[in-house]
Amino acid sequence: MRDISLHLMDLAQNSIAAGARLISVDLALDDNGVLTMRITDDGRGMTPEAAQRALGPFATTRTTRKVGLGLPLTQANARLTGGDLTIASAPNEGTTVTCTFYTRHIDCLPLGDLAQTIAALVAAHPDGPDIELSLTSPKGESAFGTAETRDILHPVPLDTPEVIAWITQSLREQTDVLFGGER
Amino acid sequence: MKSIAELEEIRKRTLQRINLRREDKESEVRVVVGMATCGIAAGARPVMMAFVDEIGRRHLSQVTVSQTGCIGMCRLEPMADVFLPGEEKVTYVNLDADKARRIVAEHVVNGRPVTEYTIGNAENNKQQA
Ligand SMILES: Nc1ncnc2c1ncn2[C@@H]1O[C@H](COP(=O)(O)OP(=O)(O)O)[C@@H](O)[C@H]1O
Ligand SMILES: [Mg+2]
Repeated sequence: MRDISLHLMDLAQNSIAAGARLISVDLALDDNGVLTMRITDDGRGMTPEAAQRALGPFATTRTTRKVGLGLPLTQANARLTGGDLTIASAPNEGTTVTCTFYTRHIDCLPLGDLAQTIAALVAAHPDGPDIELSLTSPKGESAFGTAETRDILHPVPLDTPEVIAWITQSLREQTDVLFGGER
Repeated sequence: MKSIAELEEIRKRTLQRINLRREDKESEVRVVVGMATCGIAAGARPVMMAFVDEIGRRHLSQVTVSQTGCIGMCRLEPMADVFLPGEEKVTYVNLDADKARRIVAEHVVNGRPVTEYTIGNAENNKQQA
Protein backbone atom coordinates (compact mmCIF):
# COMPACT_ATOMS: atom_id res chain seq x y z
CA MET A 1 0.00 0.00 0.00
CA ARG A 2 1.56 3.27 -1.13
CA ASP A 3 0.09 5.72 1.37
CA ILE A 4 -2.04 6.19 4.46
CA SER A 5 -5.10 7.36 2.53
CA LEU A 6 -5.17 4.00 0.74
CA HIS A 7 -5.03 2.18 4.07
CA LEU A 8 -8.01 4.29 5.10
CA MET A 9 -9.83 3.30 1.91
CA ASP A 10 -9.17 -0.34 2.75
CA LEU A 11 -10.21 -0.10 6.42
CA ALA A 12 -13.41 1.71 5.42
CA GLN A 13 -14.23 -1.26 3.18
CA ASN A 14 -14.15 -3.46 6.30
CA SER A 15 -16.72 -1.19 7.95
CA ILE A 16 -18.92 -1.26 4.86
CA ALA A 17 -18.62 -5.05 4.67
CA ALA A 18 -19.64 -5.19 8.35
CA GLY A 19 -22.91 -3.44 7.50
CA ALA A 20 -22.09 -0.09 9.09
CA ARG A 21 -24.64 2.71 8.80
CA LEU A 22 -22.21 5.33 10.09
CA ILE A 23 -18.46 5.49 9.70
CA SER A 24 -16.56 8.16 11.62
CA VAL A 25 -13.06 8.96 10.50
CA ASP A 26 -10.84 11.10 12.72
CA LEU A 27 -7.42 12.19 11.62
CA ALA A 28 -5.39 14.17 14.10
CA LEU A 29 -1.83 15.34 13.72
CA ASP A 30 -0.17 16.61 16.88
CA ASP A 31 2.73 19.01 17.47
CA ASN A 32 5.21 16.14 17.50
CA GLY A 33 4.16 14.84 14.09
CA VAL A 34 2.19 11.90 15.48
CA LEU A 35 -0.78 11.14 13.24
CA THR A 36 -3.68 9.29 14.83
CA MET A 37 -6.23 7.83 12.43
CA ARG A 38 -9.35 6.43 14.06
CA ILE A 39 -12.15 4.68 12.18
CA THR A 40 -15.28 3.96 14.17
CA ASP A 41 -18.26 2.09 12.76
CA ASP A 42 -21.57 0.74 13.99
CA GLY A 43 -21.30 -2.48 12.01
CA ARG A 44 -21.62 -6.02 13.28
CA GLY A 45 -18.41 -5.90 15.30
CA MET A 46 -16.21 -8.74 16.48
CA THR A 47 -15.60 -10.76 19.62
CA PRO A 48 -12.30 -9.96 21.38
CA GLU A 49 -10.92 -13.26 20.09
CA ALA A 50 -11.91 -12.44 16.51
CA ALA A 51 -10.36 -8.99 16.81
CA GLN A 52 -7.16 -10.58 18.11
CA ARG A 53 -7.16 -13.10 15.28
CA ALA A 54 -7.78 -10.38 12.70
CA LEU A 55 -4.34 -9.00 13.45
CA GLY A 56 -2.67 -12.31 12.74
CA PRO A 57 -2.06 -12.69 9.01
CA PHE A 58 -4.51 -15.56 8.60
CA ALA A 59 -7.90 -14.17 9.52
CA THR A 60 -10.71 -13.42 7.14
CA THR A 61 -14.42 -14.11 6.94
CA ARG A 62 -14.23 -13.80 3.18
CA THR A 63 -14.47 -16.98 1.18
CA THR A 64 -12.53 -15.97 -1.92
CA ARG A 65 -9.12 -16.00 -0.29
CA LYS A 66 -7.99 -17.70 2.88
CA VAL A 67 -5.91 -14.94 4.44
CA GLY A 68 -6.99 -11.52 5.54
CA LEU A 69 -4.56 -8.80 4.62
CA GLY A 70 -5.79 -5.32 5.27
CA LEU A 71 -5.47 -5.04 9.05
CA PRO A 72 -2.09 -6.83 9.40
CA LEU A 73 -0.69 -4.77 6.53
CA THR A 74 -1.79 -1.48 8.05
CA GLN A 75 -0.47 -2.54 11.43
CA ALA A 76 2.89 -3.43 9.91
CA ASN A 77 3.16 -0.01 8.25
CA ALA A 78 2.19 1.76 11.49
CA ARG A 79 4.72 -0.28 13.49
CA LEU A 80 7.49 0.53 11.02
CA THR A 81 7.25 4.12 12.23
CA GLY A 82 7.08 3.21 15.93
CA GLY A 83 3.29 3.45 15.95
CA ASP A 84 0.68 0.69 16.07
CA LEU A 85 -2.82 -0.41 15.13
CA THR A 86 -5.31 -1.50 17.76
CA ILE A 87 -8.88 -2.77 17.52
CA ALA A 88 -11.68 -2.19 19.99
CA SER A 89 -14.82 -4.06 19.02
CA ALA A 90 -17.96 -5.63 20.41
CA PRO A 91 -20.40 -7.90 18.58
CA ASN A 92 -23.50 -6.04 17.35
CA GLU A 93 -22.12 -2.73 18.60
CA GLY A 94 -19.33 -1.81 16.27
CA THR A 95 -15.63 -1.46 15.84
CA THR A 96 -12.99 1.17 16.39
CA VAL A 97 -9.67 0.78 14.64
CA THR A 98 -6.98 3.19 15.85
CA CYS A 99 -3.72 3.64 13.97
CA THR A 100 -0.81 5.81 14.98
CA PHE A 101 1.91 6.85 12.57
CA TYR A 102 5.04 8.76 13.57
CA THR A 103 5.14 10.90 10.46
CA ARG A 104 8.67 12.17 11.08
CA HIS A 105 10.02 8.62 11.03
CA ILE A 106 11.89 7.94 7.79
CA ASP A 107 9.76 4.85 7.06
CA CYS A 108 6.42 6.61 7.42
CA LEU A 109 4.21 6.45 4.35
CA PRO A 110 2.96 9.76 2.96
CA LEU A 111 -0.58 10.77 3.83
CA GLY A 112 -1.68 10.49 0.19
CA ASP A 113 -4.86 11.76 -1.39
CA LEU A 114 -7.27 11.75 1.51
CA ALA A 115 -9.80 13.77 -0.48
CA GLN A 116 -9.97 11.13 -3.19
CA THR A 117 -10.48 8.38 -0.63
CA ILE A 118 -13.49 10.13 0.87
CA ALA A 119 -14.86 11.12 -2.56
CA ALA A 120 -14.53 7.54 -3.81
CA LEU A 121 -16.36 6.18 -0.77
CA VAL A 122 -19.19 8.68 -1.27
CA ALA A 123 -19.38 8.08 -5.03
CA ALA A 124 -19.67 4.33 -4.56
CA HIS A 125 -22.17 4.55 -1.67
CA PRO A 126 -24.30 7.66 -2.23
CA ASP A 127 -27.11 6.33 -0.03
CA GLY A 128 -24.93 5.39 2.89
CA PRO A 129 -23.26 4.41 5.09
CA ASP A 130 -22.87 7.98 6.25
CA ILE A 131 -19.34 9.26 6.67
CA GLU A 132 -18.28 11.77 9.29
CA LEU A 133 -14.80 13.10 8.76
CA SER A 134 -12.95 15.19 11.28
CA LEU A 135 -9.49 16.62 10.63
CA THR A 136 -7.24 18.20 13.24
CA SER A 137 -3.70 19.53 13.08
CA PRO A 138 -1.67 22.24 14.82
CA LYS A 139 -2.89 24.50 12.01
CA GLY A 140 -6.58 24.09 12.80
CA GLU A 141 -9.45 21.73 12.28
CA SER A 142 -12.31 21.00 9.93
CA ALA A 143 -15.15 18.56 9.48
CA PHE A 144 -17.23 17.07 6.71
CA GLY A 145 -20.33 14.90 6.94
CA THR A 146 -22.38 13.17 4.26
CA ALA A 147 -25.61 13.46 6.27
CA GLU A 148 -25.58 17.29 6.29
CA THR A 149 -24.41 17.40 2.68
CA ARG A 150 -27.23 15.09 1.64
CA ASP A 151 -29.75 17.29 3.48
CA ILE A 152 -28.57 20.43 1.73
CA LEU A 153 -28.66 18.76 -1.67
CA HIS A 154 -31.95 16.92 -1.32
CA PRO A 155 -33.26 15.53 -3.66
CA VAL A 156 -30.05 15.73 -5.67
CA PRO A 157 -28.06 12.56 -4.87
CA LEU A 158 -24.52 12.65 -3.48
CA ASP A 159 -23.10 10.77 -6.45
CA THR A 160 -23.97 13.58 -8.85
CA PRO A 161 -20.66 14.31 -10.66
CA GLU A 162 -20.64 18.00 -9.67
CA VAL A 163 -21.12 17.02 -6.03
CA ILE A 164 -18.29 14.49 -6.08
CA ALA A 165 -16.06 17.15 -7.67
CA TRP A 166 -17.08 19.64 -4.97
CA ILE A 167 -16.30 17.16 -2.19
CA THR A 168 -12.92 16.34 -3.73
CA GLN A 169 -11.94 19.98 -4.16
CA SER A 170 -13.09 21.20 -0.79
CA LEU A 171 -11.41 18.34 1.06
CA ARG A 172 -8.23 18.91 -0.91
CA GLU A 173 -8.19 22.54 0.16
CA GLN A 174 -8.68 21.50 3.77
CA THR A 175 -6.04 18.78 3.80
CA ASP A 176 -3.54 21.11 2.09
CA VAL A 177 -4.06 23.70 4.79
CA LEU A 178 -4.00 21.27 7.72
CA PHE A 179 -1.48 18.64 6.65
CA GLY A 180 0.32 20.43 3.82
CA GLY A 181 3.69 20.95 5.50
CA GLU A 182 3.93 17.51 7.01
CA ARG A 183 4.03 15.11 3.97
CA MET B 1 -14.76 23.94 3.98
CA LYS B 2 -15.71 25.35 0.60
CA SER B 3 -18.81 27.36 0.96
CA ILE B 4 -22.21 25.83 1.46
CA ALA B 5 -23.47 28.43 -1.03
CA GLU B 6 -21.59 26.50 -3.70
CA LEU B 7 -23.49 23.36 -2.76
CA GLU B 8 -26.80 25.22 -3.03
CA GLU B 9 -25.72 26.37 -6.49
CA ILE B 10 -24.91 22.82 -7.54
CA ARG B 11 -28.29 21.72 -6.25
CA LYS B 12 -30.10 24.29 -8.37
CA ARG B 13 -28.08 23.47 -11.46
CA THR B 14 -28.58 19.71 -11.23
CA LEU B 15 -32.16 19.51 -9.99
CA GLN B 16 -33.79 19.09 -13.39
CA ARG B 17 -31.43 16.32 -14.43
CA ILE B 18 -32.19 13.96 -11.57
CA ASN B 19 -35.72 13.19 -12.72
CA LEU B 20 -34.40 11.99 -16.05
CA ARG B 21 -31.99 9.75 -14.26
CA ARG B 22 -34.51 8.22 -11.88
CA GLU B 23 -37.15 7.41 -14.49
CA ASP B 24 -35.19 5.11 -16.69
CA LYS B 25 -33.74 2.13 -14.82
CA GLU B 26 -34.05 -0.03 -17.96
CA SER B 27 -31.38 1.85 -19.87
CA GLU B 28 -28.99 2.08 -16.93
CA VAL B 29 -25.36 1.25 -17.53
CA ARG B 30 -23.40 -0.04 -14.54
CA VAL B 31 -19.67 0.07 -13.90
CA VAL B 32 -18.52 -1.98 -10.91
CA VAL B 33 -14.93 -1.57 -9.70
CA GLY B 34 -13.19 -4.13 -7.47
CA MET B 35 -12.24 -2.42 -4.21
CA ALA B 36 -10.71 -5.06 -1.92
CA THR B 37 -7.23 -4.75 -0.42
CA CYS B 38 -5.59 -6.23 -3.51
CA GLY B 39 -7.53 -3.89 -5.81
CA ILE B 40 -6.80 -0.78 -3.73
CA ALA B 41 -3.09 -1.62 -3.54
CA ALA B 42 -3.01 -2.09 -7.32
CA GLY B 43 -4.62 1.30 -8.02
CA ALA B 44 -8.40 0.79 -7.97
CA ARG B 45 -9.19 4.15 -6.35
CA PRO B 46 -7.88 6.41 -9.16
CA VAL B 47 -9.46 4.00 -11.67
CA MET B 48 -12.82 4.39 -10.00
CA MET B 49 -12.49 8.18 -9.89
CA ALA B 50 -11.46 8.27 -13.57
CA PHE B 51 -14.72 6.44 -14.41
CA VAL B 52 -16.69 8.88 -12.23
CA ASP B 53 -14.96 11.93 -13.71
CA GLU B 54 -15.20 10.86 -17.36
CA ILE B 55 -18.88 9.93 -16.95
CA GLY B 56 -19.51 13.34 -15.37
CA ARG B 57 -17.57 15.23 -18.05
CA ARG B 58 -19.68 13.60 -20.75
CA HIS B 59 -22.93 14.18 -18.84
CA LEU B 60 -23.83 10.48 -18.98
CA SER B 61 -26.67 10.55 -16.50
CA GLN B 62 -27.68 6.91 -17.13
CA VAL B 63 -24.45 5.45 -15.81
CA THR B 64 -23.75 4.43 -12.22
CA VAL B 65 -20.36 3.54 -10.77
CA SER B 66 -20.20 1.28 -7.74
CA GLN B 67 -17.73 -1.07 -6.08
CA THR B 68 -17.39 -4.67 -5.06
CA GLY B 69 -15.04 -6.75 -2.91
CA CYS B 70 -12.37 -9.30 -3.76
CA ILE B 71 -13.23 -11.79 -6.48
CA GLY B 72 -10.07 -13.81 -6.01
CA MET B 73 -8.00 -12.76 -9.01
CA CYS B 74 -5.64 -10.37 -7.29
CA ARG B 75 -2.97 -10.41 -9.99
CA LEU B 76 -5.47 -8.99 -12.51
CA GLU B 77 -6.44 -5.98 -10.35
CA PRO B 78 -7.52 -3.26 -10.79
CA MET B 79 -10.59 -4.85 -12.36
CA ALA B 80 -14.02 -3.56 -13.37
CA ASP B 81 -17.21 -5.04 -14.81
CA VAL B 82 -19.28 -3.06 -17.31
CA PHE B 83 -22.97 -3.94 -17.71
CA LEU B 84 -24.82 -2.55 -20.72
CA PRO B 85 -28.59 -3.13 -20.83
CA GLY B 86 -29.45 -6.41 -22.52
CA GLU B 87 -25.81 -7.41 -22.99
CA GLU B 88 -23.38 -9.77 -21.31
CA LYS B 89 -21.13 -8.24 -18.71
CA VAL B 90 -17.63 -7.36 -19.84
CA THR B 91 -14.78 -7.78 -17.33
CA TYR B 92 -11.76 -5.51 -17.69
CA VAL B 93 -8.43 -6.21 -16.00
CA ASN B 94 -5.14 -4.48 -15.13
CA LEU B 95 -6.80 -1.09 -15.45
CA ASP B 96 -5.44 2.39 -14.96
CA ALA B 97 -7.10 5.80 -15.17
CA ASP B 98 -6.41 6.24 -18.91
CA LYS B 99 -7.83 2.82 -19.74
CA ALA B 100 -10.93 3.65 -17.68
CA ARG B 101 -11.48 6.85 -19.69
CA ARG B 102 -11.11 4.94 -22.96
CA ILE B 103 -13.65 2.34 -21.79
CA VAL B 104 -16.15 5.13 -21.13
CA ALA B 105 -15.57 6.63 -24.60
CA GLU B 106 -15.67 3.42 -26.60
CA HIS B 107 -17.76 0.96 -24.61
CA VAL B 108 -20.14 2.99 -22.46
CA VAL B 109 -20.79 5.69 -25.09
CA ASN B 110 -20.42 3.78 -28.36
CA GLY B 111 -21.21 0.24 -27.23
CA ARG B 112 -17.93 -1.25 -28.46
CA PRO B 113 -16.00 -3.13 -25.72
CA VAL B 114 -12.27 -2.37 -25.60
CA THR B 115 -11.24 -5.95 -26.36
CA GLU B 116 -7.55 -5.53 -25.55
CA TYR B 117 -8.32 -4.72 -21.90
CA THR B 118 -10.77 -7.59 -21.31
CA ILE B 119 -10.12 -10.58 -19.12
CA GLY B 120 -10.56 -12.88 -22.12
CA ASN B 121 -7.73 -11.11 -23.90
CA ALA B 122 -5.49 -11.27 -20.84
CA GLU B 123 -6.04 -15.03 -20.51
CA ASN B 124 -5.37 -15.65 -24.24
CA ASN B 125 -2.10 -13.76 -24.03
CA LYS B 126 -1.08 -15.82 -21.03
CA GLN B 127 -1.73 -19.08 -22.90
CA GLN B 128 0.33 -17.94 -25.86
CA ALA B 129 3.23 -16.83 -23.70
N1 LIG C 1 -14.78 -2.89 10.99
C1 LIG C 1 -14.97 -4.23 11.12
N2 LIG C 1 -16.12 -4.73 11.61
C2 LIG C 1 -16.31 -6.06 11.73
N3 LIG C 1 -15.40 -7.00 11.37
C3 LIG C 1 -14.22 -6.57 10.88
C4 LIG C 1 -13.93 -5.17 10.73
N4 LIG C 1 -12.68 -5.05 10.23
C5 LIG C 1 -12.21 -6.30 10.07
N5 LIG C 1 -13.13 -7.23 10.45
C6 LIG C 1 -12.96 -8.71 10.42
O1 LIG C 1 -11.58 -8.99 10.33
C7 LIG C 1 -11.29 -9.76 9.16
C8 LIG C 1 -9.93 -9.39 8.59
O2 LIG C 1 -9.94 -8.07 8.04
P1 LIG C 1 -8.84 -7.66 6.99
O3 LIG C 1 -7.48 -7.86 7.58
O4 LIG C 1 -9.14 -6.29 6.50
O5 LIG C 1 -8.98 -8.72 5.82
P2 LIG C 1 -10.19 -8.89 4.77
O6 LIG C 1 -10.96 -7.60 4.76
O7 LIG C 1 -9.48 -9.14 3.48
O8 LIG C 1 -10.99 -10.07 5.25
C9 LIG C 1 -12.46 -9.47 8.23
O9 LIG C 1 -12.67 -10.54 7.33
C10 LIG C 1 -13.61 -9.32 9.21
O10 LIG C 1 -14.14 -10.57 9.58
MG1 LIG D 1 -10.17 -5.69 4.74
